[in-house]
Amino acid sequence: METDLTWMMGGPQGSGVESGANIFSQVCAEAGYHIFGKREFYSNIKGEHSYFAVRVTDGVTHSSTSGADLLAAFDAETVFRHYDDVHGGGGGIIYNSEIERIGTERVHTLDGPFVERLHRRLDESGAERTVAGALQCARSRGVSLYPVPFKEILARLAERTGDPKLGGFVRLYNTIAVTLSLRLLGMPAAPLRNSVAKIFAKKPAVSDINVQAATLAYDALDTYADAASTQAARRLRGPGQREPHTILVQGYQGTALGKMAAGCRFQAYYPITPASDESVYMETHEIIDVIDDRPGSTAVIQTEDEICAIGMTIGSVLTGTRSATCTSGPGFSLMNESLGWAGINEVPIVITDYQRSGPATGLPTRHGQDDLLSVVFAGHGEFPRIVYASGSVEESFYDTGRCFNYAEEFQVPLIHMMDKFLANTVQTCRRFDPQRVEIRRGRLLGEAAAVSDRTAGEAAGAAGDGHDGGSGEEEASPAYHRFAFTEDGISPRAKLGMDDFIFWNTGDESDETGHITEDPILRTRMMEKRMSRLDLILDRMPAGEQALEVISGQAHDHDDDDDDDEGDDRTGGARPITAITWGSATGPARDAVEMLRRQDGIRARLIQVKLLHPFPTRRVAELLQSDGREDRIVVDIESNYSGQLGTLLAQNMGLRVDHYILKYSGRGMTCTEIHDTLKKIADGTAEKREVLMYGA
Amino acid sequence: MALRLADYKTDVHNDWCPGCGDFGIVNAIQMALAEMGVRRDKAAIFSGIGCSGKTSHYINTYGVHTLHGRVLTFAQGAKLANPEMTILAVGGDGDGLGIGAGHFVAAGRRNIDMTYVIFDNGVYGLTKGQASPTLKLGEKTKSLPSPNTNHSVNPIGLAVASGFTFVARGYSYDVRHLKYLLTQAVRHRGLSFLDVLQPCPTYNDINTRDWYAGKDLMKESLERHNRIYRLEDTKYDPTVNYDDQAENNRHLSQALTKSLEWGERIPTGVFYSNELTGPYSDRIRDKIPNYTENPPARQSIARADGTSNTNLEEILDSLEV
Repeated sequence: METDLTWMMGGPQGSGVESGANIFSQVCAEAGYHIFGKREFYSNIKGEHSYFAVRVTDGVTHSSTSGADLLAAFDAETVFRHYDDVHGGGGGIIYNSEIERIGTERVHTLDGPFVERLHRRLDESGAERTVAGALQCARSRGVSLYPVPFKEILARLAERTGDPKLGGFVRLYNTIAVTLSLRLLGMPAAPLRNSVAKIFAKKPAVSDINVQAATLAYDALDTYADAASTQAARRLRGPGQREPHTILVQGYQGTALGKMAAGCRFQAYYPITPASDESVYMETHEIIDVIDDRPGSTAVIQTEDEICAIGMTIGSVLTGTRSATCTSGPGFSLMNESLGWAGINEVPIVITDYQRSGPATGLPTRHGQDDLLSVVFAGHGEFPRIVYASGSVEESFYDTGRCFNYAEEFQVPLIHMMDKFLANTVQTCRRFDPQRVEIRRGRLLGEAAAVSDRTAGEAAGAAGDGHDGGSGEEEASPAYHRFAFTEDGISPRAKLGMDDFIFWNTGDESDETGHITEDPILRTRMMEKRMSRLDLILDRMPAGEQALEVISGQAHDHDDDDDDDEGDDRTGGARPITAITWGSATGPARDAVEMLRRQDGIRARLIQVKLLHPFPTRRVAELLQSDGREDRIVVDIESNYSGQLGTLLAQNMGLRVDHYILKYSGRGMTCTEIHDTLKKIADGTAEKREVLMYGA
Repeated sequence: MALRLADYKTDVHNDWCPGCGDFGIVNAIQMALAEMGVRRDKAAIFSGIGCSGKTSHYINTYGVHTLHGRVLTFAQGAKLANPEMTILAVGGDGDGLGIGAGHFVAAGRRNIDMTYVIFDNGVYGLTKGQASPTLKLGEKTKSLPSPNTNHSVNPIGLAVASGFTFVARGYSYDVRHLKYLLTQAVRHRGLSFLDVLQPCPTYNDINTRDWYAGKDLMKESLERHNRIYRLEDTKYDPTVNYDDQAENNRHLSQALTKSLEWGERIPTGVFYSNELTGPYSDRIRDKIPNYTENPPARQSIARADGTSNTNLEEILDSLEV
């Protein structure tokens, strides 16, 4: 990659950091760059510090790096929080020069432990406890400073528009900071103006003022900043030509659009960060355009709590509607009892779980992958479920479609694991292709014959009574039994309202009709009927959908990988590394393993486990052993304290990983810090358990 | 073929105690369904947990026996996805007004077109008679170690305050009246609530059949002073007749006042009825015009080749850079 640059902008919550970052991302994406942006914010509406880091590259990346090449700061706190993030030797800080004299004591949102660390750093460098002092520290590390008086730009805007009020309109600082950044990076003005207009399209007056502010700010850099240093600044060079069919997506749009494509027509939810964005987006697009049919719709219902959300979802699924709920850890905890009900009644609900840091309220707006074991074991009693995790936004779109298929084919509740890292990622990826989303409804009665049914096909004759999903019209069947014993344990599933397919459900143990039983023999058979689903899932789900080798250990296995086999030469007889991960840690792990291979010539590969329950022991064992090396170092990478995937590996496979790379600071992993740690592991200098800490 | 009462009965063994008030309620539900000719496959009984939870197994329509306190959540989801269904939710007073009280209030705010029946007996029967939310403060039913330390909740008042648009009370030993109230409740366009006084012969030795009949009020005369009376036998008018805030407020206040009447005189019948506040489906239709004709349960989601028929092109175009 010729270009690999991270731009960062911070500001108080509510000051437009997010829309500013969207403008920046949009402009770079339109210029043909790949974008990987992440947002960090407090659990707060207005005033606390939030920031966006956008990585701009001319090749595909899957993660953020540690540090920033260019920091844009219009408030003092952003300088205090991030001056140390900016890389020396080429890095730069564009800032509002009016903030230079502000001391740390005037920034009340700097919290105690942070201020203590900040003061220590400033004092040690002999710098004063002001923005100027912090900037001086950065400069001494080789960071270029670009002070610009933002107020003067506003004054000129007021003059030009004849509206004196605009002279104090600090809401425009975000647009000014973004513009100055893009100007410094050498981006042309026209796409910037277009992007600003696009972002504020719904508010023409706001759009107009922002475009004017951007126009003024664009020229202001030359007026205020030193020409030599702006000339020397890093520029974006690169493709200049974008790949066709590239979309710029927010993380939650992957599952939201995935649900729409999958035919999910009912979603109940209770507001919770970081999950609600998905539901709100679905409601915004509640009317669905349907090919060759009248418009469809998604009923998106905001409930009084998560217990109602899952209850409604179950009720809706009983009518044959593909339905889901979306929540985060605290909400999922409330759903446990009903999850068991869906389990014993074989109701294929889908729960999208956007994890955040727990326990209890934990870090409500921060990242974590610490709910894995809770989800795998959630609910009292024993019942089958599927736990499935996506590793990227693009993956999450297609996985969502698969999740509905798995749930219906195997008639089990399914939990689709996402997290805050994914929800708040903004990235470029290939345009989603809804045509690739297959709809397979398993043994649901009353579906059109054309709807394919993989399970019915493979278990031909198993249903016994012939009522499989492919039969189209069913005859009236006085003997219909919802929980009929079948060869493969999956019974034909009727929907509420179907003629002559009356069934009963109960949270008690039941007989084949769904009426309560406490008979010990029947109980045993029913338990076995349900629990046999776990083996069936492992047998029938394609191996590549259970777990995959994201980066194989083979030489020349991926694009433009010319010098890969130097790896063995350089490492000599060193033990090869097998990293294993799940969910959102896959992106940074993938980039880190690539770095290890390319930059350090270390033989390394990466396995991503997508199906976490039932655990795909056979598939993971095959992947692990496929390198043919007994001496491999297995490294578990995930964002939690205890290494929960590692626990599942030990529990299911008896596998003890050699090292853990863990993070539970609430911030997402960067490829940089994983790469550094993998190097230590390769060197033999790492602890068994390495804990990552990067990120404000 | 006309449906007969017997068509709504299952042959599932009924294990309620002899003399239980629940029998009257299940009979009244079956009679009401038969009288209205509701097709068995277009009706679903959702039930909570406890003795009353078994109701869905005794009625030969779709039956969904849910979780303690959660019956309304399941029932509302089903009705929203398939509005063609006639939905009855049933459960005990502990289920609906104790563990499920939050859902009770929220359901009132939504006013989804279905019916909720509470089997109101003041005790948790299936767990051996602990005090439930409608047992009065200071009362000591026979299995309580000491008198009840909580105030009772007022189910009618709570329903009225929560937004239920049809609120009534029945008595489980007056099956005909109960059936009459049920048909009205089911036909009501909106969320209807029916509080059914249902003596638990095993654990509630205070609010017994004899107590409701006023046997204890027999003093000088041998004539019984039946506590239960019907609102329709009085001049009480529960119906909001025109769409006006003052008219509605008058009826809400009247219902709330009437709901406080307890002791020697206990009103049954319709306390409040308002069809001028539209059900939740009206509010969905404001956003989704073809919701009634093409609700979630009816929508096709796949093309003939088994792939998605959702057209996302416009949204994806807007995301393209």
